[in-house]
Amino acid sequence: MTHLDELESRSIHILREAYARIDQLMVLWSLGKDSNVLIWLLRKAFFGHVPIPAVHVDTGKKFPEMYAFRERYKTEWNIRLVTGECPPVEEMDPSLPPAARSAARKTAGLKRLIEREGYNGIIAGIRRDEEGLRAKERVFSPRASSGEWDFRDQPPEFWDLFSAEPAPGCQMRVHPLLHWTELDIWRYIERENIPLVDLYFARDGKRYRSLGDQDITSPIVSDAATVAEIITELQTTKVAERSGRAMDHESEDAFERLRADGYM
Amino acid sequence: MTDQSLLNVVFVGHVDHGKSTVIGRLLGDLNALPDGKLEAVKAMCDRRGMPFEWAFLLDAFQAERDQGITIDTARIFFATDRRRYAIIDAPGHKEFLRNMVTGASGADAAVLIVDAQEGVAEQTRRHALILNLIGIRQVILVVNKMDLVGYAGDRFAAIVEEAESRLLSLGFDRSRLTAIPVAARNGDGIVAAGDKMPWYQGPTLIEALDGLDEKTAPVGLPLRLPVQDIYKFDDRRIIAGKVEAGRLSMGDELLFTPSGHRARVASIEGWPDAATGQTVEAGLSVGLQLDDDIFVERGEVASLPETPPVLADRFRARLFWLSETPLTVGRRLQLMVGTASLAVRVLSIDAVLSSEDLSRDEDREDALRHDVVEVSFEAVRPIALDAFEDSPATGRFILQDQYRVVAGGVVLRDGLTDRRGGAGVKSTNITRVIHSVPTEDRWRMNGHRSGVVWLTGLSGSGKSTLAIALEEALFRKGWQAYVLDGDNIRYGLSGDLGFSPEDRAENIRRVGEVSSLMARAGQIVITAFISPYRSDRDRARAILPDGFHEVFVDTSLAECERRDPKGLYAKARAGEIRDFTGIDAPYEAPETPELRLVTDGREVEENLRELLRYIERQFAL
Repeated sequence: MTHLDELESRSIHILREAYARIDQLMVLWSLGKDSNVLIWLLRKAFFGHVPIPAVHVDTGKKFPEMYAFRERYKTEWNIRLVTGECPPVEEMDPSLPPAARSAARKTAGLKRLIEREGYNGIIAGIRRDEEGLRAKERVFSPRASSGEWDFRDQPPEFWDLFSAEPAPGCQMRVHPLLHWTELDIWRYIERENIPLVDLYFARDGKRYRSLGDQDITSPIVSDAATVAEIITELQTTKVAERSGRAMDHESEDAFERLRADGYM
Repeated sequence: MTDQSLLNVVFVGHVDHGKSTVIGRLLGDLNALPDGKLEAVKAMCDRRGMPFEWAFLLDAFQAERDQGITIDTARIFFATDRRRYAIIDAPGHKEFLRNMVTGASGADAAVLIVDAQEGVAEQTRRHALILNLIGIRQVILVVNKMDLVGYAGDRFAAIVEEAESRLLSLGFDRSRLTAIPVAARNGDGIVAAGDKMPWYQGPTLIEALDGLDEKTAPVGLPLRLPVQDIYKFDDRRIIAGKVEAGRLSMGDELLFTPSGHRARVASIEGWPDAATGQTVEAGLSVGLQLDDDIFVERGEVASLPETPPVLADRFRARLFWLSETPLTVGRRLQLMVGTASLAVRVLSIDAVLSSEDLSRDEDREDALRHDVVEVSFEAVRPIALDAFEDSPATGRFILQDQYRVVAGGVVLRDGLTDRRGGAGVKSTNITRVIHSVPTEDRWRMNGHRSGVVWLTGLSGSGKSTLAIALEEALFRKGWQAYVLDGDNIRYGLSGDLGFSPEDRAENIRRVGEVSSLMARAGQIVITAFISPYRSDRDRARAILPDGFHEVFVDTSLAECERRDPKGLYAKARAGEIRDFTGIDAPYEAPETPELRLVTDGREVEENLRELLRYIERQFAL
């Protein structure tokens, strides 16, 4: 069994636990590489089916390529797509720095959607190696009804025995990719031939390493135009993955405040 | 890098003994930090007017920077020429032991850090105890802050002797322990040996990490496949689960525990490719189709018939108690083992292990938060278990109270006995006799079919009343019918049994066997037993699969309690009777009974008419 087989099997196990034990379950589909891997793993876990709704919380400011990708694969992968809109930035906490304030719209949009659809289980494709706060997440992370994260009082997790059922009135965040690294994701995309938005691949000496809203995400300098070239690039780079995400860098605790409020 | 494999290493130790510093230094010296990270942390320290600490690299939380301690487990990745690593930084502060255990239970090996000045401290001992409990077998002992004891070799030797003697007494294997002197602040002994400790000839920390064994999936153990789910998304019926131990091939006969059902593997499903091959082994999440549509549900464990798990409802365990409410005898909790989840009760607290000197205190009546304790449990019904040392994945568990995890633990081999013998056949030299009068001939003689009408429902639901009335009605019709009533059977055939779950199971087993014999003799057997456990009724059904008619006498608990014909509910509420179904013992209602009689607000005659109509339809020739 290879390292990728092991990662895949563990993720499938987590997805099947969530499906068996949470009644109103959905998966967040941001259209980025990690959430595409997540959809792919759902299809593996359930033998070609995506048995839960895929939710795209739409800030309305994504790249046109991302919307085109969504429409194409919604049909091709037979996905039950649910979209939710985000409130305008003027309604967000004005004490947040500008990019974090813009990103906070997504949390507010997600909360509205959860309320509208009655979801109590949310599968998200975050990974521990993305940044320090996500490193401390649980695979099954219980949240208050409004999605707030009390990182001071997280439950213990023993082996792969999860406390998966959300308490009445609460929700469970499920993180099947927590144990993967960015490089693992790319190697898996290569092995499984998973389609991606082509913004990840270099054009005119630049590419996106992480995809967010158009106005708060910037490309990196790169000539990597194929999955194989990206893997080679990642093996030598020392630039953090989310370096193109403005909100991570505005102030020491901006991202912590976003996460505590329920940001993915 | 020659290998993509990943080794998870947890760093543990007493608070302030320098875990985060060792890790920060390791990453710095390996040049494994993202560009700008070191500079950013240094700038942050300047801004706050405090000296730079390597530990700040890891402690990303605002709160941790303020208090200077690690609250939760953090994860850092790096690679050497040998392989990749995930470093788990587990907090050393006692308040955060639940986070320490979370980090440690995902690890393949541990680095236990001890302060050279302070020596082995409270959390050093406790962490060693917990590492052992959760099954970590490889430990690197790092004696840190050697600079503060003048790099003295005798100080190192003294600490190693004390720490090793504790680890060995816990059961760790000497050949899998390594001890290293280190001064993390200065970098001595981390990646480079430095020149301060010429008396030490052993490996540096990074050399010791590279010397750890790869984790290996337990392919050589007997097959264990806990059933996660049954999928019917299309025309396939797929049994899904993860192979936790052993291997499984096409055509293998599988035994499912606790149900006892058997079937062969007809296909190993896959996607996007239709099938994944002929054999799958430990570590893989799989999907199977069986050659027979047997009833299998989540929580069962598939094995090969020759090497099944133990079927037990009583077991002893060692666990780590995490709740602020003490654990006491009689406490009911939800057990999760493999994919099975069911209620257990604490029968006794056998010993509390001291983290001070590892002595066993056998007189304690409760276990407090952070105690490691040995407990005897009784489960509401038998389940598949293994001793942790025999098959880890099916020998470890968590306990939940409501929605909170209050403990994690392992099943001990001592005291684990298989109950399978009770429901199976103990004698080996027996052969079934084939009757020369077939049951069908008896039916023709009697003018009706035979079988078992199994009434189940709460005490006071009206089972016995209905059974007696039905027997009389059938007798007047000239049909052969006989009632087996709960209380009558317990005066004779089951006079030796009480009301514990295993005694109830045995009682129902006997009734099932007797009913089956009488049915073969041509009788319509009417049984009136609470028979609260689904698995027990399913077992009775299995004895006579064709002629078994489950009738759910569905009377609400409130109505039964109002009637209380024997005054038993009153006694149960007053605490005079224990394990009373519906009050402090469960009743598992039938999901698909052949007939369901909703009796609330209906006269007995009306229920009898409906039951009689059903019997006449089913048993007429």
